[in-house]
Amino acid sequence: MQTFDLADSDLRTLNSTLHAQNDDTNQTAWTIENPKGAHAIACGLDAPIEVTIKGSTGYYSAGMNQQATVNIKGSAGPGVAENMMSGKVVIDGDASQYAGATGHGGLLVVKGNASSRCGISMKGINIVVHGNIGHMSAFMAQSGNLVVCGDAGDALGDSCYEARMFVRGSVKSLGADCEEKEMRPEHLEILKDLLEQAESDAKPEEFKRYGSARNLYNFNIDNAY
Amino acid sequence: MCGIVGLFLKDKKLEPELGTMLTDMLVTMTDRGPDSAGIAIYGSDVDSKGKLTVQSDTPDVDFGNLAADLSAHVSGNVTSSQKDTHTVLEMQADQLATARSALKEIRPNVRVMSVGDTLEIYKEVGLPKDVAQRFEVAKMSGSHGIGHTRMATESAVTTMGAHPFNTGSDQCLVHNGSLSNHNSLRRRLRREGVHIETENDTEVGAAYLTWKMQNGSSLSEALESSLEDLDGFFTFVVGTKDGFGVVRDPIACKPAVMAETDQYVAFGSEYRALVNLPGIEDARVWEPEPATVYFWNH
Repeated sequence: MQTFDLADSDLRTLNSTLHAQNDDTNQTAWTIENPKGAHAIACGLDAPIEVTIKGSTGYYSAGMNQQATVNIKGSAGPGVAENMMSGKVVIDGDASQYAGATGHGGLLVVKGNASSRCGISMKGINIVVHGNIGHMSAFMAQSGNLVVCGDAGDALGDSCYEARMFVRGSVKSLGADCEEKEMRPEHLEILKDLLEQAESDAKPEEFKRYGSARNLYNFNIDNAY
Repeated sequence: MCGIVGLFLKDKKLEPELGTMLTDMLVTMTDRGPDSAGIAIYGSDVDSKGKLTVQSDTPDVDFGNLAADLSAHVSGNVTSSQKDTHTVLEMQADQLATARSALKEIRPNVRVMSVGDTLEIYKEVGLPKDVAQRFEVAKMSGSHGIGHTRMATESAVTTMGAHPFNTGSDQCLVHNGSLSNHNSLRRRLRREGVHIETENDTEVGAAYLTWKMQNGSSLSEALESSLEDLDGFFTFVVGTKDGFGVVRDPIACKPAVMAETDQYVAFGSEYRALVNLPGIEDARVWEPEPATVYFWNH
């Protein structure tokens, strides 16, 4: 186990040390002490390592992640796991706005609540939020799954493409061109798998599925101002 | 960007530490806005006394005999306590309005930063660290306070464009964001007879709240109606003589984090600003909801 204390050393040294790990590294377990809300902690990782951050983080933690598992033992600031490609990011507390934005792959788990714009423009990432999500979540979401065990805020899935949204609680309002859809057996399978991976005890049958009504795909004069 | 910090103390034992804690919080937010910085502190309430905090770019010229010169225009004693470019003029609370108009005559270059029973506002161009040092903010005690560090977007970097803005007796406002309808609103408020000094968007926001309250709204009602009438991005933190409030616009893209313990309620643009507060590890930490007015009172 490698330990890095941000009270004693700077962030750039930490991130470049983590970037230096490759597929064959023996140093697979890292602990980061005293994050104290610093920005860009454990950004740009690309190795099969597990990093545990012991506290809350600021902007853009675990951004652009590939392969690595990043555990945040507190809450995360704006843009956590932004543009994740693969791997796993787990936040014990809450996530601020645009968590998992533009993510292409991997799994983001928020055990508390996520605020506005969660999964905005997601492109294949899976996101599981144990609590609630804020407004404008999954805006222009293209692919992947957004699973919400609590409630969703205003304008869920506005102008979304082919991402799937599963919400167990209430949805304050749906965004433009987003509608409730039939839950088919294959969706229950996807949900079961994601809930297991995210250590949630919610039942797939308790969720409703939302997705694109596909009316904004092609130019339609009635949609123009 | 801009950075905001705020601290509302529930535990009186922490009051001597208010200035030190706020300074530390504000300096941490320096990289959110290095243009100017300001701080509003609510100090002790002395019966029937009031304070006029004023600023001058030439303090040696303007502040020399200011208390004595002002005494000729108001009844009762006037004392002056100078810190760098600011001085706090203390007098009978019922003389504050008279003193303010007299000041325009006898010291036309002096600008009023704040008026109230307990409020003092200090603000200048420069880094938070330097501004806090010039006014010895760390030595100040008080029940609550608000700090701001500015990255200017809507108007010039000047003392008068710095935050906090005094919105009425013992009331102040700081803002992170930008208002997009401030020109039309400024014209509307000026037609209503409201005095607005600068081209700054936040001053319009502050004047709007003052005008609402002069027309019978409570502060929280004024904040509620700001959600309707102000267009643009804002996270506002407001201070009153015994309270502290927070409101974010419905889009809520300007960051905000709050923490509450038995000892205090704290606000920071980022969690970083809160990390040195006592007991933060066990505090309830959350992000304030969009379009929701939060308020704490003593």
